[in-house]
Amino acid sequence: MTPTNEMQIRFTAVSGNESFARVAVAAFVAQMNPTMDELTEVKTIVSEAVTNAIIHGYPDGFGEVTLQCKIVGDTMELVVSDSGVGIADMNAVRQPLYTSRPDLERSGMGFTIMESFADEFDVVSSVGHGTHLKFRKRIGEASMPLSAARES
Amino acid sequence: MSVNVRTKRVGGVLVASLQGELDDHSADAVRKALDRELDAMSPPRLVLDLEGVTFMDSSGLGVILGRYRKISERGGQMRIASVPAQIHKLFAISGLHKVMHVHAKQGEAVRALKEVSQ
Repeated sequence: MTPTNEMQIRFTAVSGNESFARVAVAAFVAQMNPTMDELTEVKTIVSEAVTNAIIHGYPDGFGEVTLQCKIVGDTMELVVSDSGVGIADMNAVRQPLYTSRPDLERSGMGFTIMESFADEFDVVSSVGHGTHLKFRKRIGEASMPLSAARES
Repeated sequence: MSVNVRTKRVGGVLVASLQGELDDHSADAVRKALDRELDAMSPPRLVLDLEGVTFMDSSGLGVILGRYRKISERGGQMRIASVPAQIHKLFAISGLHKVMHVHAKQGEAVRALKEVSQ
């Protein structure tokens, strides 16, 4: 299916950009008339994916994150990419409570949350080359869109 | 974005109310603000009020679980109060609501902690 609308943002991998990324994607998908719950889930997916790229993709603290978002019919397609160290053990990162950075007091729930909030979630990673987190999420499945909630 | 941490003492209980977005960027400041006060308490007793939290991800769960572990290790108690609906979902996914006591209101959580310590 041909994308009806798309955008791409590239930004420095610093934690101060996490809220920027959330707000940017939320503003883009607002045209899909999401519910409040859907918008919160989209923002959470973006936050987890971007944080993952910043903390785990670039443990030395230098790099860039690319965020691509497409609206295809009633579906949002999102790809969050880094060119960092990659994921060596894919099975481990998908386990709830697993974290490779216990020193940072991480909960180890990031992948579980992304899997729960997205309809489809794929990870493509190459050690030494980087990671792409790919999501698909249908928008507008619930009964009350954000615009109606604002008016009520 | 940052989180504002407002604290007060009610009896021997530290009540901390968070306002703002709790993510990886703000987590460290929240952690330090809470630990500064908890380290001076023996045993530590904390009610964490989340009513003013407008966004939270797994970084926030890490802060909460980290405080829970530290407080438990020192023989203290911790309660969560006023969890917004969107954060309830994170608690359910992570199983946090099975580990921690969650109360609808701050006053209820404080009373529960006082009863436990008597």
